[in-house]
Amino acid sequence: MSRRSLPEINAGSMADIAFLLLIFFLVTTTMDVDTGLVRKLPAMPEEEDIIDDSQIKARNIYVVLVNAKDQLLVEEELMDISQLRDGAKAFLDNWGKSPDLSDNPHKAIISLQNDRGTSYEMYIQVQNELSAAYRELRDREAQRKFGVYYAELEGVDKKEIRKMYPQKISEAEPKKVGGN
Amino acid sequence: MSRFKKKKGSETPAMSTASLPDIVFMLLFFFMVTTVMRETTLLVENSLPKASEVKKIEDKSLCSYIYVGAPVGAMKAKFGTESRIQLNDSFKNVTDIQEFMATKRENTPEEKKPLLVTCIKADVDAKMGLVTDIKQELRKAQAFKINYATFTKAD
Repeated sequence: MSRRSLPEINAGSMADIAFLLLIFFLVTTTMDVDTGLVRKLPAMPEEEDIIDDSQIKARNIYVVLVNAKDQLLVEEELMDISQLRDGAKAFLDNWGKSPDLSDNPHKAIISLQNDRGTSYEMYIQVQNELSAAYRELRDREAQRKFGVYYAELEGVDKKEIRKMYPQKISEAEPKKVGGN
Repeated sequence: MSRFKKKKGSETPAMSTASLPDIVFMLLFFFMVTTVMRETTLLVENSLPKASEVKKIEDKSLCSYIYVGAPVGAMKAKFGTESRIQLNDSFKNVTDIQEFMATKRENTPEEKKPLLVTCIKADVDAKMGLVTDIKQELRKAQAFKINYATFTKAD
């Protein structure tokens, strides 16, 4: 019966090995999360497709132009980037009140056109402000109906709010004016 | 006469390091799980713009990265200071994008193909001309879902 117990394996170096691996992963790891603005590109227009925008009333289009000097021209007026969000909100949320702004959010289209010389930073800022305008309107509706923010909604509820304020940002084919 | 007595028990006992490997392993597993190996070395300057309305990319493996920016340091002499496109590990032209996207699509399992996203990582100083060209190529390549990579800023 009396069997001598086996000598214990020295586990002292285990920590060293684990440290070695740990340091390797510490060095190679990148913790950054990729974030960004999500957009969907339209399909390439077919040859025979003639885009008929005469059906859309001028009041339902919110024209945003950005030139090569990163200046904004919104509805034929110079505008600072800080005013764009409120401007877009007023346009989208007009419901036919003001004759220059949209009939309702379903018909409202934001037309964004930039120059080839526009800086990417400016472009992202404009896109961000326009997204923010839609998000704030959706948040407001979500708060009113469900008492939560739009981002916290799921499934049918989210779809419903999205349907109320569909994000319609149309980007025109770029043109080259004013150098690059 | 009297011998020095060994002071038994009054010394503080050595701290047990038996649990050290456990702690280290715990950290190790954490980093092993969260780690993402950097797959490309950047050849272009890439300081991303900031935006507040951002979404996270859920699955990075479904993402094709297009880097845009001026060549960095040593590359300037060879490739100039104008913004260039980097795909994988080399400078490419706009016309190479379609092939790049096709390769990515081929290497993706069928059920995940609709989830593919193209992530445009462009420098703040890049001009929209080049970005627009990229977008046109992506439309031709039927890669419609895009993501403008940005840093997050508070609103």
